[in-house]
Amino acid sequence: MARSPEISQARVSMWQRVANAMALPVLSLLSALVLSAVFILGSDLKVLTAFSQFFSDPARALLTAGKALADAYGALFIGVFGDPAKIFKEVGEFFATGDTQGLAIAFYPFSENFVTATPYIFAGLAVAFGFRCGLFNIGAEGQIYVGAAAAAFVGYSVEGLPWIIHAPLTFLAGALAGAFWAGIAGFLKATRGAHEVINTMMLNYVAFNLIHYLLNGPMKRGGAAGTIPISRNIVESAYLPTFFPEPIRFHAGFIVALLVAVLVWWLLFKTTLGFEIRTVGANLHAARCAGINISRSFILAMAISGALAAMAGAGEVMGVNHNLAEGFSPGYGFDSIALAMLGGGHPLGVVLAALLFGTLRNGATKMQSLAAIPIDLVSIVQAFVIMFVAAPIIIRRLYRLKTEVGGQMILMRGWGD
Amino acid sequence: MPPILELDGITKRFPGVLANDHIHLTLEQGEIHALLGENGAGKTTLMNILYGLYHPDEGRILVRGKEVKIDTPSQAIRLGIGMVHQHFMLIPVFTVTENVMLGEETLTRGIFLDRAAVAARIRDISAQYGLQVDPDAYIKDLSVGAQQRVEILKILYRRADILILDEPTAVLTPQEVEELFKVIRSLVARGVSIIFISHKLKEVMAIADRITVLRDGRVVGTTRPAETSPAALARMMVGREVILTVDKQPARPGEVVLDVNDLHVLDDRQQTRVSGISFQVRAGEILGIAGVQGNGQTELVEALTGLRPIARGRVTILGNDTTRATPRHVLQSGVAHIPEDRQRDGLVLTFPVADNLVLNMYYLPPFARGIRIDERTVFASATQRVQQFDIRTPSIHTLASSLSGGNQQKVIVAREFTRPIRLLIASQPTRGLDVGSIEYIHQRIVEMRDQGCAVLLVSPELDEILSLADRIVVMYHGKIMDILPASQATPEKLGLLMAGVREG
Repeated sequence: MARSPEISQARVSMWQRVANAMALPVLSLLSALVLSAVFILGSDLKVLTAFSQFFSDPARALLTAGKALADAYGALFIGVFGDPAKIFKEVGEFFATGDTQGLAIAFYPFSENFVTATPYIFAGLAVAFGFRCGLFNIGAEGQIYVGAAAAAFVGYSVEGLPWIIHAPLTFLAGALAGAFWAGIAGFLKATRGAHEVINTMMLNYVAFNLIHYLLNGPMKRGGAAGTIPISRNIVESAYLPTFFPEPIRFHAGFIVALLVAVLVWWLLFKTTLGFEIRTVGANLHAARCAGINISRSFILAMAISGALAAMAGAGEVMGVNHNLAEGFSPGYGFDSIALAMLGGGHPLGVVLAALLFGTLRNGATKMQSLAAIPIDLVSIVQAFVIMFVAAPIIIRRLYRLKTEVGGQMILMRGWGD
Repeated sequence: MPPILELDGITKRFPGVLANDHIHLTLEQGEIHALLGENGAGKTTLMNILYGLYHPDEGRILVRGKEVKIDTPSQAIRLGIGMVHQHFMLIPVFTVTENVMLGEETLTRGIFLDRAAVAARIRDISAQYGLQVDPDAYIKDLSVGAQQRVEILKILYRRADILILDEPTAVLTPQEVEELFKVIRSLVARGVSIIFISHKLKEVMAIADRITVLRDGRVVGTTRPAETSPAALARMMVGREVILTVDKQPARPGEVVLDVNDLHVLDDRQQTRVSGISFQVRAGEILGIAGVQGNGQTELVEALTGLRPIARGRVTILGNDTTRATPRHVLQSGVAHIPEDRQRDGLVLTFPVADNLVLNMYYLPPFARGIRIDERTVFASATQRVQQFDIRTPSIHTLASSLSGGNQQKVIVAREFTRPIRLLIASQPTRGLDVGSIEYIHQRIVEMRDQGCAVLLVSPELDEILSLADRIVVMYHGKIMDILPASQATPEKLGLLMAGVREG
């Protein structure tokens, strides 16, 4: 008797919580798209000339502006979802002739969203995991490279293993390398009180230069005689499987990423380790009083965060590139900081935010080729989204949202603590 | 002459709560009017309305007989109303002068801060009202009492003559309270009118001219100290008879549970804070540690609970050496700890009540099965303990931050008292709590003693020590002044020892 109203109340408030949690990012995205329109218009010469004669011909100015926006966001749409007409045609073709090649080409743009989202999910989970322990891991980019290097090495140097062993082994090698790499920062924080922001940032440089050295030395394709700084291709048994015909690159990494997200959620919210890590992140003093080993939590959280980030690198090597090259990550690790904040530090939020980021980045490519809008514009959209999420008061004022009741999750602590 | 301030029929509703229900209150010129009530009785809401932070749904505010509308704190200040919040609004790295002028900067040549002029006025005001403050001192170097004087200065500097003091004594030592009372009396003597918010009966009896008691958002009554008694006030506040003195049988001490031998502890700056302390606590007795705050009690408790390394000496709990033990080890050896700062050390405010109830037990069966936390057991146990300890919360999933102070403390008590414990270390267990909660916590502590638990009670409140402890240790400058049975202790005797004076 006593329990039932309590639980129903908790349910209601949970739905409210979800709605509240979603309102902010969604409205932020909308506002960001509106604001970015200003940049699209401002960077379009035709629009500017039309507006210079606004008073003599206002209709033309507005039409030009409208067309520019329609072109830009239309191209973004096509980049994201593919060309609807083409998809429709190819689906008909497939049923008529059974030809899958055309179908694959038509669905290629849409499938790319998931390919791009995959490293974002891993790296976003990494940063979010750190947040939960009150740690700010800005070294995800370096951990991605370290993970990729380890995966590449195991991927090409081990031969003759069946897929079922080699692929997991390769992936695990990458994750462990990342765990070790970030674990250094965690260890220094736990034992010496060195701030993890500084150390993860500095370890990024170490990682970048380590990769540079490896690709120009020990791991260089063709040895000393090789000409390009790129590693040998990994053995096919270390590939992450694909499911569709060329050119679709969608690979099992996406599914693994979703599984890892569930695992992270389970670890954080359903296990004693997760309880410890969240307690340390939410209130260090209370955690100490409750007998939680703070040092252990810091080191473990950092190592797990590093492992997650490294999975992004391993996934790219095993699923997309099949080798290690300098600059293969266009900044997944750095974007993931913003992404983890957008996702509210929650695995589900991270997956959604990663899909958004993957989609935007993927659509941007099309926007550039179809509407001649610089790819940087998507960075602007992303930046606006983040600014709005980071400064929620703007969105709350703008849309008259009620202020949040109760405590917001503290994403990071100040330097003094 | 009309009263300087009159609240007439003030009503304020929050979703689901009637925070203020047609409240009527008058403040005469030069009067100290105490507003007494438990936490959640509506005192703070009423004052926030007066200070322009909330808007009343109904009712009028009259200042000097004229009806006014107060929409912002700056309007309140212009009307001569100033507020000293319970938590100070000061910038630690600024000087007193800079803090006082903040928001109302005096400039020379349009761009430079005129610190000298402001400092001069601060000295004037200090001298006039007997508020001793050095204008050039940095806030971070000042004692809590001095910081509070700066807050009062800030208000006087803005020429306000109606002062709202929100729980001003909650953070002060007994000596500082005395000083504050002197300041208040000299302010009143110079025509300032004061609303004094409190839930401490003795203080209100000592300082107020009139006392208005609030309960559940309504005025229960207005009276004068001469016409009432602490017991009568408590009855008005709580709405039932309250036992102010703890009813307990003589202690029947058993075996030694905690044995502290020549303990030395350093603070974070490597200063010795506890030097050479030895005492024992037996099963079934309450050992009270009295002393003005900051005389090493905090460090002592931290050392005993494993939170702070022990420089020298030996601590044994039930015969086990815990000198170098980790906090978890200490907890597992049967120690319960009620920390002095419950929001900082005792709870995770952003966690639900249920999680806070297992904060130091989450890894033990039945709450944990392997590495998995069994939520069903956690929730069931939380539901049961919320009922058993009468924790007023909408649900076990409510965040600890939205509970009142008394209920937050009950969460800690519920957590600690349901573990198998042999020693309770309670640090200021009733700090900042209302009468009803204090009564409850005290009864529980005595109950634990009677069940054979050893209790170490640390409190700067003499009343608390005197009413609970069986034996009393007085600490001064990290040393033990004396250990005496409660039967031989009087407030005067303890007061002298706390000040470092040894008789004869």
